[in-house]
Amino acid sequence: MDVTRFRAWVAETARLVAANADRLTRLDAAIGDGDHGINLNRGFQAAAAMLEETAPATPGAVLAGVGRALISKTGGASGPLYGTGFRAAAKTLGEDPDVTGVQLGAALAAAVAGIRQLGAAGPGDKTMVDALEPAVHAYQVALDAGADLAGAARAAAEAAVRGLADTVPMQARKGRASYLGPRTVGHEDPGAASAALILQALATVSAGEAG
Amino acid sequence: MKKLINAPDEVVADALLGMAAAHPSLSVNVADRYITRAGGPTPGKVSLVSGGGSGHEPLHGGYVGYGMLDAACPGEVFTSPVPDQILAATKAVDGGAGVLHIVKNYTGDVLNFQMAAELAGDDGVRVEPVLVNDDVAVEDSTWTAGRRGTGATVLVEKIVGAAAERGIDLAGAVALGREVNDRSRSFGVALTPCTVPAAGKPGFELADDEIELGVGIHGEPGRARGRLVPAKEVAGTALAAIHADAPLSGDVLVMVNGLGGTPLIELYVVFAAVAEWLSGHNVTIARSLVGNYITSLEMAGCSVTVCRLTPQLADLWDAPVETPALRWGR
Repeated sequence: MDVTRFRAWVAETARLVAANADRLTRLDAAIGDGDHGINLNRGFQAAAAMLEETAPATPGAVLAGVGRALISKTGGASGPLYGTGFRAAAKTLGEDPDVTGVQLGAALAAAVAGIRQLGAAGPGDKTMVDALEPAVHAYQVALDAGADLAGAARAAAEAAVRGLADTVPMQARKGRASYLGPRTVGHEDPGAASAALILQALATVSAGEAG
Repeated sequence: MKKLINAPDEVVADALLGMAAAHPSLSVNVADRYITRAGGPTPGKVSLVSGGGSGHEPLHGGYVGYGMLDAACPGEVFTSPVPDQILAATKAVDGGAGVLHIVKNYTGDVLNFQMAAELAGDDGVRVEPVLVNDDVAVEDSTWTAGRRGTGATVLVEKIVGAAAERGIDLAGAVALGREVNDRSRSFGVALTPCTVPAAGKPGFELADDEIELGVGIHGEPGRARGRLVPAKEVAGTALAAIHADAPLSGDVLVMVNGLGGTPLIELYVVFAAVAEWLSGHNVTIARSLVGNYITSLEMAGCSVTVCRLTPQLADLWDAPVETPALRWGR
């Protein structure tokens, strides 16, 4: 996956987040403070605009720039968390102009590790980790079973959607949702929902390319 | 949505322009989103920086001035500020004695201030945080993000701000901030929800005869929903929750704070009930504050904050302060 496709991933994510901003905000209003869609849309629009302006030369530079933009523009907890994830992923890619399926798997794993460390969240806390963790796992399993990058990304996106569904019966233990305790049961987690969108965008843009 | 705004996306910037026009004592950086005292940093003084989502006015910008904050960083409405603006404010007010970050315990605020503190450290500015988490409505356990920072934030900013004017060092400021926080407890009650301008719709719903007990300053729910009951019962519920968590005795500072949509007359009705309850429990109101000090847009309701005073804390509370929202003794 080359720099053009990485830029397309960010653009597609920005498009999906914008299209789903109201839905993300509604999910957040149910169990949080009702601004996730607004904030993340502001962050990804800024990230997409930054890519247009600066045209980074490598996939790593794209992800590093996106991370910085998200941290600078998003606010809330999701800005630092997603920003840290993209920056952690960027570090594993270095200067390589073309990213293999194996490299992307390592980048995704680093992103989730960075997010988990900063947010001190683990599986079952009803956060973005509950979509990201199974997605990274599914990506690796698919790759090990012989799938190419696009196939592994598809598996990751599907696992993220299942992970999102799995957050419904969970009780939130992190962030503002945790204040509601048992009242969070029965709702999708907005962070898991936005994580699923990011992986869906990855699957979409990688689909046109043989691994 | 019925609000006096020009456009939902411009509320924070427009309000900052208003702060700048109304208060020559402030220097307002609208583009980078921070407010400092007009005179620049005071050499040798520990500087206090706070910030958080907008919509809680006068917190925090209204508390920038002599005897309180050196800078405030307003985020979008109900959204924590970003590291860039916190870093810029921190560097702008550093007088060489270090900078105290006063942070309300919300995940977003904590993460963004933490990132800004690391960046400031890279640039050679000493930064220490004080976390405010006074809200008894949330259990502090591994099952939550911990207690929220609410009314005690105003007390920490005032009392540590006074000590900073008197020359306390950074370590002393941290210890004092923690002491004020540890001795303070708050409990809030909402009668109506509020509407974030960019969302256009209320963040939650309450029936005409319902109240939210233990509400947070963004309208996050707390312990339970209840029926609307007389103010005396509301005050009793709040104080019983506070007293059960940290038994009250001796001299206290009481703040009855409006959440934005409750008239002062009702706040005084609540204060009377608070005074009666405390008197019945042999607690003396030594200092008091009644009004809108940490709000949630147009939400109706109030919060009660009680701080168990020491003579030193009372003295620092009485020390001169000159900010847009709190001023006395100078």
